[in-house]
Amino acid sequence: MTYKREGRKNDEPRKIIAKAGVIPRADGSGYFKIGNTEAYAAVYGPRNLFPKFKQDPKKGILRCNYNMMPFSGMGNRVRPGANRRSKEISMVTEKALAPVLDLGDYPNSVVDVFIELPQTDAGSRCAGICAASIALADAGLTMKDLVCSIAIGSINDTLLVDLDYDEEAYEGSVADIPLAVIPRTGELTLLQMDGVVDKDNLFKAFELGKKAIKIIYEVQKNALKDKYKQEASIKTGKAEDKSSAVKKEESDESKTASKEGQK
Amino acid sequence: MSELLTKDKDIVVPGEILAVGMDFLPSYGTYREGDRIIANKLGLVRIDGKVVKLISLSGRYNPKRGDTIIGNVIDLAISGWRIDTNSAYSAMLSIKDASSEYIARGADLTQYYDIGDLVVAKIVNVTSQKLVDLTMRGPGLRKLDGGRVVNVNTNKVPRVIGKAGSMVTMIKRATGCNIVVGQNGIVWVQGEPEMEICAVDAIKMIEKDSHINGLTNRIKAYLEKTTGKKIDTVEVSSQ
Repeated sequence: MTYKREGRKNDEPRKIIAKAGVIPRADGSGYFKIGNTEAYAAVYGPRNLFPKFKQDPKKGILRCNYNMMPFSGMGNRVRPGANRRSKEISMVTEKALAPVLDLGDYPNSVVDVFIELPQTDAGSRCAGICAASIALADAGLTMKDLVCSIAIGSINDTLLVDLDYDEEAYEGSVADIPLAVIPRTGELTLLQMDGVVDKDNLFKAFELGKKAIKIIYEVQKNALKDKYKQEASIKTGKAEDKSSAVKKEESDESKTASKEGQK
Repeated sequence: MSELLTKDKDIVVPGEILAVGMDFLPSYGTYREGDRIIANKLGLVRIDGKVVKLISLSGRYNPKRGDTIIGNVIDLAISGWRIDTNSAYSAMLSIKDASSEYIARGADLTQYYDIGDLVVAKIVNVTSQKLVDLTMRGPGLRKLDGGRVVNVNTNKVPRVIGKAGSMVTMIKRATGCNIVVGQNGIVWVQGEPEMEICAVDAIKMIEKDSHINGLTNRIKAYLEKTTGKKIDTVEVSSQ
């Protein structure tokens, strides 16, 4: 019996909204919403890393933290704090993002990425990776490309892009394959699987994934460009005028002159 | 057969292909892969003849030799002071570079600079491991007393300074404040309390609105309104 999807096509991801620079105090931040799954990512750093034994004298390290908020689940309260699942996802997120990031200019330092999910409806690690990739670019770090991520599912051998929670919980043979891809080269940086899928379907899933990645990449790119769009009108001559870094305070004459002006 | 895929002053994201062909040269913020030049940062494209480079728009301060910064004394060591530079790396100010006067070995260092003091210092050297050395011998390099501090994005510091210092000079003239702008994004303002607030607001406005045309005129109008006096036009006004 094949599964019939309601409301959208099999190769169609849910509605995506992305933004850059949503957290003012962070060095870079991103927001990524796909369907009802929402992720915020904040990047801090490069900054000093303690404890010292964790420092790498050759390059900076990347540290990710994935966290589902207590009210983010479907019905039940998610217990706050790290658990086995969130630790694993933090680790795979780190490994999905590390291949594009070049921290060679920042020895002994750390870049912290905090991913918070206020609302989840399956596909949360993928949303987290997409948000984190926007945030890292927004933080002005050296990256060879963005990272896009999507989950491909299979229900009773029907391949579907971007499962939601109801589909993931479907009574039948369900498989879920989260992917993260470097869009320009098509390299995979994350590949996990939950459930059973045969070899043919796995390769078909990659093809579906590559198509969906293109949509996500455009959304991420536009989110970043929108934030900085207006800055394109900067008088670029000014941008290079760094020569006079510190201006000495005004000479005494002009100071007294302006004080008199006030009176 | 070389082709440019972006225009001058375009915003690009990491991974975007900027040019194809060997006639262009990759510079800051870009890399070559095969015959393509690709962005590796988020930034503004600048095409300078054959050279393609990016001007970064965001990111934290990275210490560079020759920069004049405002630092915070965070620790006293045997032979000097440790200074926070508002970046991932702290800097060392050794006693021999700390002042124009002679400081004997073993002298009480708190007599000169104590923990929590703000200093204007110049970066003399940055090693590959990002050990930063500072000097405070030089004109304008000193300890800062009183006043208040504003943090701005390092990439916006050139806007706050303006062309040949026109912007900061205008704020100084209008408010009568002493202002020191550090390349690391820390700005120190000292003057009469109301005028300090006015200068801080003007600086924040520059940081926020630097991308909108006519910045100098708007800042001028703001300063004239709040200080209630006319500003004679500063020599440089390119807007």
